[in-house]
Amino acid sequence: MRAASSLTLAILGALTLSDSCSRRVAEPVTKPPAATPAAIVEVSGGKQISTIGTPLDQPVVVQVNNSQGAPVAGASVRFRGANGVIFQPPSGVTGSDGQFTFAVTLGSLAGRYQIAASTTGAGGKTVEVRIAELALGFEDSMGRQLNDTYCARCHDSESTAERVSNHDNLIAKPHSFDDGAFLNKVSDSDLLAIISHGGPALGKSAEMPPYEHTLNKSGIAALVAYIRAIADPPFQSREAVYAQR
Amino acid sequence: MATPNRLASLWRRLFGDSARAFGTLGLVLLVLLAIVPARDHFREWYRYQKGYLRLIRGRDDAVTLQRRLQSGVQQTWIPELNVVDRCSSCHVAMKETGLRGVGTEPYRPHPQIPHTLDQFGCVMCHRGQGVATSVEEAHRSTKAWEQPILPARYFESSCGQCHTDQLIGTPRLNAGRTMLSRYGCVHCHSLTLPDGSKLAPTDDPPSLARVGDKTTREWIYAWIKNPQAYSGTATMPNFQLSDADARDISAFVVAQSTPLAATPAPPASTALSDADAQAGTSLYGESFCASCHAVQNAAGLLVGGDVGPELTRIGTKAKPEWIREWVRNPKAYDPGTKMPHYRFDEKQLSLIQGFLESKTDSDFMTNVHIEPATAQQIAHGKLLATEMGCAICHEINGLRKSEDFAPDLTLVGARPLEKIVFLPGMQRSLPAYIEAKIKQPRSFGSALKMPQFTIATSQVDDLVTALLAQTDRASTLPARLHVAGHPQSSYEPAGSAGRLMQDLNCFSCHSINGHGGDMAPDLSWEGTAVQRDWLLKFFKNPNTLRPALIRRMPKFNLTDQETNTLTDYILTAYQTPAFERDSIKTAADSGAIEEGRQLFYSKYACQACHIVDAQKDKGYIGPTLTDVGSRLNAAWVFEWLKGPQSLRPGTLEPDWKMDDADSRSLTAFLMAQKGSKK
Repeated sequence: MRAASSLTLAILGALTLSDSCSRRVAEPVTKPPAATPAAIVEVSGGKQISTIGTPLDQPVVVQVNNSQGAPVAGASVRFRGANGVIFQPPSGVTGSDGQFTFAVTLGSLAGRYQIAASTTGAGGKTVEVRIAELALGFEDSMGRQLNDTYCARCHDSESTAERVSNHDNLIAKPHSFDDGAFLNKVSDSDLLAIISHGGPALGKSAEMPPYEHTLNKSGIAALVAYIRAIADPPFQSREAVYAQR
Repeated sequence: MATPNRLASLWRRLFGDSARAFGTLGLVLLVLLAIVPARDHFREWYRYQKGYLRLIRGRDDAVTLQRRLQSGVQQTWIPELNVVDRCSSCHVAMKETGLRGVGTEPYRPHPQIPHTLDQFGCVMCHRGQGVATSVEEAHRSTKAWEQPILPARYFESSCGQCHTDQLIGTPRLNAGRTMLSRYGCVHCHSLTLPDGSKLAPTDDPPSLARVGDKTTREWIYAWIKNPQAYSGTATMPNFQLSDADARDISAFVVAQSTPLAATPAPPASTALSDADAQAGTSLYGESFCASCHAVQNAAGLLVGGDVGPELTRIGTKAKPEWIREWVRNPKAYDPGTKMPHYRFDEKQLSLIQGFLESKTDSDFMTNVHIEPATAQQIAHGKLLATEMGCAICHEINGLRKSEDFAPDLTLVGARPLEKIVFLPGMQRSLPAYIEAKIKQPRSFGSALKMPQFTIATSQVDDLVTALLAQTDRASTLPARLHVAGHPQSSYEPAGSAGRLMQDLNCFSCHSINGHGGDMAPDLSWEGTAVQRDWLLKFFKNPNTLRPALIRRMPKFNLTDQETNTLTDYILTAYQTPAFERDSIKTAADSGAIEEGRQLFYSKYACQACHIVDAQKDKGYIGPTLTDVGSRLNAAWVFEWLKGPQSLRPGTLEPDWKMDDADSRSLTAFLMAQKGSKK
């Protein structure tokens, strides 16, 4: 009896799991759009960096265009995302400018996410745009905190209201931490070495000071984790991307 | 009648003789024995362990991984913490760092954290039911198991169960705790942190005892109806008052106000000439009012600090004569204010008054039309103010501050679900309940007193994180695991210099001996660091040392006697015990200076952040060093280079662990930088 019930439970559990991996948002009531959608494009809000389970800072905006590239008002927009990704509102209809704005909360697993916004085009065919977002885990966000305090002043060439960038004052221009094209080729141990012992450890500029006595080991490891997490292009192709299959 | 016969024949067939009975019993026992392994075969953890083997198949390290896999139900048991976790039965690869990049649960390795996984188990941080061995019971809340897994966005609350300092890994928890103080939550709710210290409010709501001097009843009416309409950054919440209630409360608040005895005759508000208006704007800028106060610019963006209130519409709020007297000496009106006492002369006061008066917004009060107050309205207003607890935050004549006005939040993060009344349709979990309480407090009953706060969703998450940390974990942990708290410092400087420092409110920005703000450098050992002549000059005209800094020290227009008093006190009282102030003598040794120059530009590349030669160097993260030889003390420079964090914890300068020889040469070079002689 108990065996049978556990069997049922196991099957149910497996079903729930496989089902929840492909959660589909309910189809909204569609009004006939003014023109037939031919494409859906991302306007803004892609490639944001958030932490696990938290909403992205900026909303994501997509636009539906017809075959002439003009915006289509009244087109229904649906979303797909990996398990745990929340869209607010869960679906909707484009405004008079052909755009639709929605908030996204990423799932509870750290890593790269791919969300998809789609609409129904000519002949009932689905057209879709895929948008990449990133959720940082504990170690990555700790690296981000340290980066904001110690590294960004030189490594980020953009100034903010609270922080003036020192990037342009340096002779050897520091690499931006998301410069995957360069940093992905540097091994973990080299990154650890240059952060710990300074630029000269790798025959680079002494303008990069050593941080081995300022930050602890886990802090420096967190910085490397952060650099790997935000690399663009991604650090490793085998890295998981959370999207709905 | 046939049934008993049939049963009897069945009995005979199975147990008719001893051989049959033996055979049948044997079969039954065999089946019973088979159930035990068969049951395990259908367990969820068994499937997940099989799935793990499939996942690692084909990997280079498959053999090692498989050897390390322990099959069967796994359990972490830590008796002294009362932890029994069986999570690793399914989460089999938590310690396999080699599987980084695997994206399927439950096989992802646990990310690096400051504790080892065996130290505290899983449930202490993630909540959930550690002893459960099924997905549903371990993660979700069911009837028998009411503790669901903590949603990812609140993870940092778990650190806060023991830690009370601002950890670098917990920005959300830190922000939440700061908000509990800054938004005044702890005026009404009492909250004791895990280290036993009570969280104190930092929002400093103004006294209303003399509010009639400052503003009008019309403004008070509009403000209490919707504080955020006046200033988007106002921390006072919206009490959702009806027009009549707002009318009566404003009547009471004005009626209880007693004017300050020595208020001078109000000068007519002066219409400024264009030149004066410009001079007023310049004086506002030169006095670095924007270090603490924000004003909306033409684009609608707030520019300035958030220590003091936003001033975009101050002319609509404050009476001109009050503005003048306030800027003349804020302590006269509010002895506890954080605003420094600038020593402005009459001309400067007129300019600032004119500048602030011009900051008006006619829209804010358009719809305010109230009749003169009646005694009945005032009495009703007093009753309302008592009921709503206005006096808990504000000083009000005739009202006493009530204690224990709202529930104590010390253990809110451990509140059992059966003691919570959930709204229909609400998720049955503690985080969801706290979130709803903060977002829409009155949705739990229109008679509830908690007001509506205007805060962003991410700020609500911060607050929920801070509140979920309020469990009794810290008190149940064994003594060796206790995290020491930070005793609050009540340091106050003494004597005439102490009074002067209180008057100038140095502690609003600077911290000394653990007491004070963090906007400006810690001055605990300033007396060891700087030279007397430099400090005297700095007080007269505080040029910023860091070119890239936006917030700056204002000029207080001090007298010679005042600067002498302050300088003498700082040089005497704020000395580090770590080394002697005059332990290093720098002779003009050209060899050492040249060696120091080499070290500065080559080995340590200090010019990346500091400027010594204004023509050549560009770095502007650290202070400018062009005249460091006339500013700092040689011994301080020498010790600083050897370990900056030991002299000023948290300073940005990297710790080089410089040896004595290098530090001595660099000190010689730096002390030779005397700046341009006048």
